[in-house]
Amino acid sequence: MSGSTIIFYLLSILTLVSGILSVTTRQIFRAAIFLLFSLIGIAGLYFWMQYEFIAAVQIVVYVGGITVLIIFSIFLTQQAGELLPQQNKKRVLLALLAAFCGFALTLLQIIQHSFNKTSETPILPTMENIGNQMLGIEENGFSLPFEVVSILLLAAMIGCIVIALRSKPTTV
Amino acid sequence: MMEPGLYHVLFISTALFFIGVFGFLTRRNLITMLMSIELVLNSVNINFIAFNKYVWPNQLDGLFFSIFVIAIAAAEAAVAIAIIINLYRSHQSIDVENAEDLKF
Repeated sequence: MSGSTIIFYLLSILTLVSGILSVTTRQIFRAAIFLLFSLIGIAGLYFWMQYEFIAAVQIVVYVGGITVLIIFSIFLTQQAGELLPQQNKKRVLLALLAAFCGFALTLLQIIQHSFNKTSETPILPTMENIGNQMLGIEENGFSLPFEVVSILLLAAMIGCIVIALRSKPTTV
Repeated sequence: MMEPGLYHVLFISTALFFIGVFGFLTRRNLITMLMSIELVLNSVNINFIAFNKYVWPNQLDGLFFSIFVIAIAAAEAAVAIAIIINLYRSHQSIDVENAEDLKF
């Protein structure tokens, strides 16, 4: 068993175990921290697959951005140290059943399907290839989606400010 | 223990997806539901990258899809948290059971 295999299994155990703990723990702050570890495990998987750019994006956006946002919103909306209410057993059982059935069905489909690797020459996911294709306006360029996402981010930013703005008291 | 390949990565992403679905169905707090959605979106990203690496390495489309998914997920999380904070101001609670009326 090579080192790469061991690293893969360690990363997948980290990802899945902290994912499970994140959705089952009753302390909301711990849930956020377990989510952080799960996202770090996923970034490790990207590194393991040698997609370094997407791993860096994952760490910057998810681990550095979204998790911090979630932790701040926990501080703003939750009394610290308060446990989440206990769920009723029937709902948990039904959710477990639904998730397990979906999991088994999807896995069955995946195992029965055989994926054939293409024989064409591979393109390495280097920074140069990514940059050229991301901003390219030729046949395979992603210039238009890039601009659309820019507009979307701007709209989301303005929308956040408008929604979270404290409305002025109307009494004069 | 075999040499990990496409099927192993797909197993992980499937498991993570349904962990997220389970969390979404059981949690009743808006922030924890948002965390479950993040897990689901991440499992989709793993799938895109795995297919890009193991099935179609001759193009980078899977990578670009994941980049756009990450960007949209970030926008979605920001808007969702703005809504949650606004809801907390008007209801003093972010439990979905207490957020029944559309306009307060």
